[in-house]
Amino acid sequence: MNWDPLILTFKLAFVTTVILFVLSIPLANWLAHSRSRIKPLIETLVSMPLVLPPTVLGFYFLVAFSPGNAFGSWLNDWLGLRLVFSFPGLVIASVLYSLPFMVHPIQSGLSGIPASIREASYVMGRSRLDTLLRVLLPNIKPSILTGIVLAFAHTVGEFGVVLMIGGSIPGETRVASIAIYDEVEALNYASANFYSAVLFIITFCVLLLVYLVNGGYLKRFWR
Amino acid sequence: MISMQVEKKLHAADGEMTLKLDLQISEGHLVTIYGESGAGKTTTLRILSGLLKPDKGLIEVDGKVWYNSERGICLRPQQRNIGFVFQDYALFPHMSVLQNLQFASKSKADKAAMDRLVELMELGALQHRKPQSLSGGQQQRAALARALVQKPKILLLDEPLSALDYKIRMKLQDHLLEAHQEFGLTTLLISHDISEISKLSDQVVVLKKGEITKQGTAAEVFVDEKISGKFKFTGEVLNIQQQDVVFIVTVRIQNQVVKVIAQQTEIQGIKTGDRVMVASKAFNPVIYKMDP
Repeated sequence: MNWDPLILTFKLAFVTTVILFVLSIPLANWLAHSRSRIKPLIETLVSMPLVLPPTVLGFYFLVAFSPGNAFGSWLNDWLGLRLVFSFPGLVIASVLYSLPFMVHPIQSGLSGIPASIREASYVMGRSRLDTLLRVLLPNIKPSILTGIVLAFAHTVGEFGVVLMIGGSIPGETRVASIAIYDEVEALNYASANFYSAVLFIITFCVLLLVYLVNGGYLKRFWR
Repeated sequence: MISMQVEKKLHAADGEMTLKLDLQISEGHLVTIYGESGAGKTTTLRILSGLLKPDKGLIEVDGKVWYNSERGICLRPQQRNIGFVFQDYALFPHMSVLQNLQFASKSKADKAAMDRLVELMELGALQHRKPQSLSGGQQQRAALARALVQKPKILLLDEPLSALDYKIRMKLQDHLLEAHQEFGLTTLLISHDISEISKLSDQVVVLKKGEITKQGTAAEVFVDEKISGKFKFTGEVLNIQQQDVVFIVTVRIQNQVVKVIAQQTEIQGIKTGDRVMVASKAFNPVIYKMDP
């Protein structure tokens, strides 16, 4: 059995999740506390991947990153980046595609903390950053875990975007979901079943773990 | 010395209102802000602490400008060094009582001061517990201790005792007075309880719909001039019982329970739980219902 597509899938999901985590905390913090006028606009943009067909996103990435276009050729010439049909391109597309799954749980977690908790920290002379890192984030661990796992799982389950912008280059962009499609097209059901079963079992276990942890079942078990 | 002349437009439940404050508070005084909900009491504390920016005006503390709308000065809450006890206490749930205190402390080295506070607020046995495992009164003590760790000059208390039962309230009032005196604080307190206000405060400020309507000592503010009684106490009606043609009213005054005989006409409109004033006029004590 060829494990490459599965390894690539989890590599992509891992890299995407790490980038999303770093990106989403300041973004979610701003969305949770800002009263800016452009907030609805930003919220809409963050949530768009929830409703937009992945192919739409993939199509525009394909157009934008293509070396035949101004932006794509600029990336190619100046930064030496080719984002079409390459792993870095997949990562960028995945980050945008899974953004709401990381931002939303963290945002709602932060909004759920009473304002007085933040204000108490400010009055003590603690900066905003200090307050975020030492008071707010430690209090929303379940939300952070949910965000990380949902973003990871959602990236694992990605198909349309990858198909559009990544294609199916073995070892580079041929992730498990694409491999399943290819194998079925080739009437190679045994391989398709292998990839499918592995994805099925792993995603089940990961989600089960989240519900066990957030529901406090594990703590009860350890006691 | 705190000097505060500010204006702020507020969106209250019944339309817009303008909070207009002109306050002078001497150093070392304990001042109570009294008024109906929505009168702007909490907003006053938030403006002084820097959590809320007024529309215009001036705030000066010990000759230092904290806020000046004309010169565009507005110190952040972090720069004001104020102790603030929130109505919901706002203890950090993921930290123990001691960690809460340590987080508020500017220097880790100041262990002696921390120990003194733990001792003063009787938190010794509780210091390693998390806030949610504490009772209301214990949380209140922890919050008060935490507000004092940073050695503020000014302490602000937003209805800190309102959720507690009578006995614990009395005890905490003592804690509060003790801390106020020991640390040489200037304290602003929001309270609804007239006996509490009389016991604690040097000065009372009455707010009504965003404006200061009365100022002075508790006796000056709360005693109605119409009554020319020899002695007056405020209390809460615990029970009203009819006995033949008169009524026996049980009233709790501070921590004492007294029985007062009243005529049918006197107790009209008075029911259990009402705040009343018991005053003596010649020989017969008489009961008047007080404004809520």
